[in-house]
Parts: sequence; C-alpha cells; structure tokens
Amino acid sequence: MISFNQVSKRYGGAGGYEALKSVALVINPGEMVCITGHSGAGKSTLLKLMCAIERPTSGSVLVNGQNIGTLPASAIPFVRRNFGLMFQDNKLLYDRNVFQNVMCPLDIIGFDAADAAKRVRAALDKVGLLGKEKALPVTLSGGEQQRLSIARAIVHRPSILLADEPTANLDAAYAVELGELLRSFHQVGVTVVIATHDEQLAARLQPRRIVLEQGRITT
Amino acid sequence: MKNWLRQHRRSLTTTLARLARTPLASLLNISVVGVALALPLAFYVILTNLQSLAQDKAPTPQISVFLAMDAQASDAREIDHRLKKHAAIAKFRFIPRDQALAELKEKAGLSDVIASLGRNPLPNGFVIDARENTSAALEKLRDEFKAWPKVEHVQLDSTWARRLDATLQLGRLIVLTLAAVLAFALVAVTFNTIRLQILTQRAEIEVAKLIGATNPFIRRPFLYYGAVLGLAGGITGWAIVWAGLWLLNDRLGSLTQLYGTSYALRHLSLPDAASLCAFAGALGWLGAWLSASRNLAEFDPE
Repeated sequence: MISFNQVSKRYGGAGGYEALKSVALVINPGEMVCITGHSGAGKSTLLKLMCAIERPTSGSVLVNGQNIGTLPASAIPFVRRNFGLMFQDNKLLYDRNVFQNVMCPLDIIGFDAADAAKRVRAALDKVGLLGKEKALPVTLSGGEQQRLSIARAIVHRPSILLADEPTANLDAAYAVELGELLRSFHQVGVTVVIATHDEQLAARLQPRRIVLEQGRITT
Repeated sequence: MKNWLRQHRRSLTTTLARLARTPLASLLNISVVGVALALPLAFYVILTNLQSLAQDKAPTPQISVFLAMDAQASDAREIDHRLKKHAAIAKFRFIPRDQALAELKEKAGLSDVIASLGRNPLPNGFVIDARENTSAALEKLRDEFKAWPKVEHVQLDSTWARRLDATLQLGRLIVLTLAAVLAFALVAVTFNTIRLQILTQRAEIEVAKLIGATNPFIRRPFLYYGAVLGLAGGITGWAIVWAGLWLLNDRLGSLTQLYGTSYALRHLSLPDAASLCAFAGALGWLGAWLSASRNLAEFDPE
C-alpha cells in the first residue's frame, strides 16, 4: 500500500519551484492506477517520491507502512526492492548484454547464480526476448528495449511496478503490446502505477485515474 | 553467510576482470605504486645491511675500570672475582699499575716527565669486553661497576657506538619520513583512480542504486580494486628492490674479491616483504574507501 498525506515537493529550496502541492492519495495493493496530466504537472515527481528517489519537502509518504521521508539512507535500498521501476529513458546498461541487464537486480539482492539464471530466462520469456539473451541493448529496437526494461523491472517479482511514460518512444502497435503486458502483471496481483500522457493507453487499460494539474490532484 | 561469501567472491572476480579489461592503465597504476614503494624500501634494505655490517665488523667497544689509588691487592682480587662471575662479560684483562706505567713510558716517550713525578701516578685497572655491544647495555654495565667498592673511575669507550647509533637513527627517521610521504602518495593514487572509475561507471552505479543496491554493495568492488592495486604495487616495489640488489651484489662480488673478502647485501626478509605487501594493500583499500565514500554520496536522494 502506498499513501500520500498532504505531500508537497519543492525543488531548489524556499521560493523554488513547487512541483507537488498538498497531494493526498492512497493506492491499495493490487490496484492499477494511471497518473495523467500535462507535462510538468508533477507525474514523474509523484513516482520518484513513491520509490524514494526524492524525499518530500513536507507531508508523509508511506510505503507498506514505512515513512519514506524519515527513513535513513541505509534503509532506502531495501524499500526500493519492493518496486519494479521502468524509467522514461529506460536506463539500460549498454555495455552489458540482455541477459546481464536483467540479471542486475538479482545480483544486487544476492540470488544464487543457477536460481537467478532461471528467473532471468522466465522474465525474458514473459516479454518475448528469450532468443536475444546475448544481444547488446543497442542492437534492439525501441520496443524491444522497452520490453527489456520491463523484464529487468519484474525479474525480482516486486509487489509494485512503477512505469514512467512507458509508451513515450513507441509506435501505436508496440504501445498496445506494452499495455497488455502491464495488464498481465496487474492480473497476477502486482500493484501497477503508470505515469503517462498517452490517453489511448489509459483508455484501453481502464485503470483508476489520477489527474494532476500544476501539482494538484483534480480528480 | 553463504550469500555473503558469494557476493565477495563475485566482487573479487569483477575486480580482476576490470583490471584485465584495461591492462595498460592497470599496469601503469601498479607501476606508479610499485616505484613509490621501492624508494623507501631500498633505503630500508640499505639501512638494515649497514646495521648488520656495523655489528659484525666494527671493533668491539671496551670498558676500562680504574681502581682507587689506595686499593690493595685484595680489592683487585675481589673485583677480579666479581668479573669472572658476571654473565654479561665476554672477557677481561687485569692491568697492574706498574705494567701500565711501563707501557706508558715505552709508548708515549714520556719517560722524562714520569721520572720527574717520582712516583707512579697510575692506578690498577681492568679492561673489559662485554657480550652485548649496544650503547644501552654498555652504559648499564658502567653504572654497575661504578658502584663496586674501591672503583674510582669507569671509562666507557662508547663514542663510536653512539655515533653509529645516532647515524642509524637518522637513517631510520629518513626512511620513516619517506615512507609516510609515499604512503600518502599511494593513498592519493588509489583515491584518484577510484574517482575516475566511479565517473566512468556513473550510469551503472545510478541504475544499481535505483534498483536497490546498498552502498556497501556498490563500494565493494572499488575497495577490492584498491586493495589489489596496493598489493600488486607492493609486490612490484619488492621486485624492483630485489632486482636492484641482485645487480649490486653481482658487482659487489667482483669488487670484494679483489680485496680478498666476500660480502653480499642481504635481501629483504620474508616477513618484511609480506608485511610490506599487506601494508600496501591496506593503504590501497584505505584510498579506495575514502574515494568511494566521498564520491558515492552524491547518488543519495535529496
């Protein structure tokens, strides 16, 4: 469960730019939520607060009962392991092949190598990249890179999947495919939070909608 | 525990792979460390050689004990008896006052002056060789003899020992200073190397942190790199000094042969070499730790 209680986020100290203003929301386990709004409305900031990439300026962000704002830096990695993260720019490691990219989160958690390899193949199978284990990310198409990013996000079986503009660089056909993948995770009980300005994606998935406008929730 | 061991093993293999991936840069780094360590090490080896040379070849210092003028033959016998029993004494010689006077007359050509005195101004004396020739041991003996009955004066022929000691102390100080400065250089070299590595691996570190890597996890391969760098540098430094000594000994052998003796410089002892390598490894680790802690902090959330 994720809950925001009167959360504000200001960048650049007092008098700086206020990206979120007194946001309150609750996302229950297993929900699928779409955060929409024009660019600059604070969608990315909202996601970053959830997974402790940023800390709130005021108010509290609770993830599974833990207050992100007051957690010591040493505890944050363990909060992040609850999440699968898909970034706007994918953040793939371009000097590692597909298999090694997906292996990353399991390495960090410290999985047994044989066990980890099985999981990596399962994740790659799920996104349809099983045949491209040895390929380097640069040789993949935009859609394939996005799917690789999903595989990396879900390989450690997180309870929450956060996706920031997952369809930004995809053509319509790929976007549909990706939407279905996200839906399939939702169907097996993963909490899915998507920040997007892609109306078609939101319309197809029919999630709960949260609309941001200039840092405030309007619906 | 098993997990922990696995992570460390993985870090070590990652580190070695990193070293192997950029062989030239690694080699240069290791050489810098090696040369920096070789300098104080060479001084140290020369110093230990000088020290052992001094102990082996220098004339032994002696202690002279002079009895009071009114001492009787029985007093001299008493001293003789005590010296015989003393454990710290290698050998000694009694010089009766008449003999001393005769020697003085003969040697110094002072017979006229002595004749004019009308009596023998010299006391009975003992000349003593101690077992241990450090100035501390000699001074201890001197103080002990002074307290014996009918002993008027004890003279310690220790000037040379003190001079040598002072010179060696100075040498030791130079070695220590040099070692400290170059140890700092070693830390600085690893610090910078690790900083550059962190810069080139920014993307990787950023992603790792985003998907839940702890700071120790990210730091570990860098620490290993620093330690391996220091260790390899230590071995290189040792090898440089070894090769230098080997070359020197070759020349020295032919030189001393001309003088009808043989002398060879001693190599660094195995425990010394091992502690050098361990020390260098620890310094590399320290440099890496400082660098990683400083440069990884910027990845934390605001």
